[in-house]
Amino acid sequence: MFSWFGRVSFVPYTKVQDFAVHLKAGRMMGSRCQQCGHKTFPPRADCPQCLSGDFEFVEYSGQGTIWTHTQIATAPTGFDRDVPYTCVVVELDEGGRLLAWSGETLPQQKVKIGMKVQVVPRIFEDTPDIRVYYTVEQPGTTWGKSPPPHLG
Amino acid sequence: MSRVGVIGVGHGRFGRRSDATVQELAFEAFRAALQDAGIERKELDASIIAAVPEYHKQRSVAGVVQEYLNLNPLPTWLTEAACAAGSAAVRTAWMAIKSGLHQVVAVIGCQKMTELATADILALMGRVGEVQWESVFGTTFPGYYAMFATRHMHDYGTTHDQLLQVAVKNHHYGAQNPNALFQKEVTLEKAREGEPVASPFCVYDCCANADGAACVILASEDRARALSKKTVWLDGLGCATASMSVLRRPHLTGLPSAVGAVQQAYRMAGVTAKDIKVADVHDCFTIAEIMAYEDLGFCEKGQGGRYIEEKRSYIGGGGVAINVDGGLKAKGHPIGTTGVSMTYEVVKQLRGECGPRQVPDADIGLTHNVGGIGQYCFVHVYKRD
Ligand SMILES: [Zn+2]
Repeated sequence: MFSWFGRVSFVPYTKVQDFAVHLKAGRMMGSRCQQCGHKTFPPRADCPQCLSGDFEFVEYSGQGTIWTHTQIATAPTGFDRDVPYTCVVVELDEGGRLLAWSGETLPQQKVKIGMKVQVVPRIFEDTPDIRVYYTVEQPGTTWGKSPPPHLG
Repeated sequence: MSRVGVIGVGHGRFGRRSDATVQELAFEAFRAALQDAGIERKELDASIIAAVPEYHKQRSVAGVVQEYLNLNPLPTWLTEAACAAGSAAVRTAWMAIKSGLHQVVAVIGCQKMTELATADILALMGRVGEVQWESVFGTTFPGYYAMFATRHMHDYGTTHDQLLQVAVKNHHYGAQNPNALFQKEVTLEKAREGEPVASPFCVYDCCANADGAACVILASEDRARALSKKTVWLDGLGCATASMSVLRRPHLTGLPSAVGAVQQAYRMAGVTAKDIKVADVHDCFTIAEIMAYEDLGFCEKGQGGRYIEEKRSYIGGGGVAINVDGGLKAKGHPIGTTGVSMTYEVVKQLRGECGPRQVPDADIGLTHNVGGIGQYCFVHVYKRD
């Protein structure tokens, strides 16, 4: 089900494919190694510390701080209709980082390094197939379609 | 310890070369390098081809190049390290020679970037990053370096005008390089008006794709002394890597792989940053050159913007003369060829053959060749006798 993730999917198969299923249900999941407890976001199946392949998903709050950003004006194939969009890298409060678009509550001119943000699960409404993603929003923003449990 | 030296160099014209196949481009540079070295093909005992294969219609490009250069049955193979493929090939040649397996090796960087249709290039452009978690949000190559620039500007007060001054310098020298794609000066005023690409970048912050080839011939110390009177020695090599994903970098104001590579190269060559007179650094985007000033130790961390603003990287500017062949920005960036082209320039500088662009007293030079957004970095230090 990982092919659900992103505007364009490049890797449909992965050991962490349930990430996309959780995201569709409004949950942002990282991973925790069941041997040594090492946590990662984005999630990964194989522990970089102890080499164990036993992992479990753990839910992240999606709260974090902007690390850097850029507004893309020249887009690659598949992103033409989304231009311009702002790519934001967020340092998550619970560790790890993610890259996502700034959402409707956070227009480009408001995006600043160091600001507190909320990452919110999303579903693309403009396509017939299931496509899930997340956006970077003002703190307190919830998922409009059906609020994720931890934000409900 | 015996040395490995460069005994001949050749360079073709960079640009939109709709007049030639990739092997024809390779031939131009190869012939020029043989002529420059003053040797026959029979002195060679291997070749190494540097190219990034996904841009070519021809698969397994080393094979077709080897045949077209009439080098069969000598051994050949391809090196690939994204935009650092050329320096990976030079490093591989050094290793092959030091191992004793080969004595005289031709390194040929050859790349056609304009064979593909624009749509195919745009599709490739969408897969430069980590495809599982980043490319799904439409990241691009300029976009990644733009995120470094955003952070550098935030942390150190670097300005967009300072970034663009890198482009102004490199176009200034590109205008004097007959092999360059853009042989035209650009003013700061003109650069400021460039179309936006990825904030803070406009088109003048970005290098352009180009077709082109370059060739350098490396030899063992014994063979170099027998064959050449103008050998330039490759005395320091460094190579380091950093995460593919931008999400797992320790910071976004420099490239850890460059810092690692240059420390190795300086130590091996027995030099420090202060000894370097001329350098070709990887200015795929303006911020990349500014970060290179800092990563290579030419200035303090955070002072890269000021270094270009004070024109210290110009010839006679009081610092290290950098990219005085035009750099990737003005020469164009045929990705597999670039590291070989950098080597060509530094060798010519150390031989004192660069005419109006000659750096005075250039006795020690450096190349800094980055793959991707710093996933790989190769630094080489060259000395003349
Ligand atoms: Zn573990």
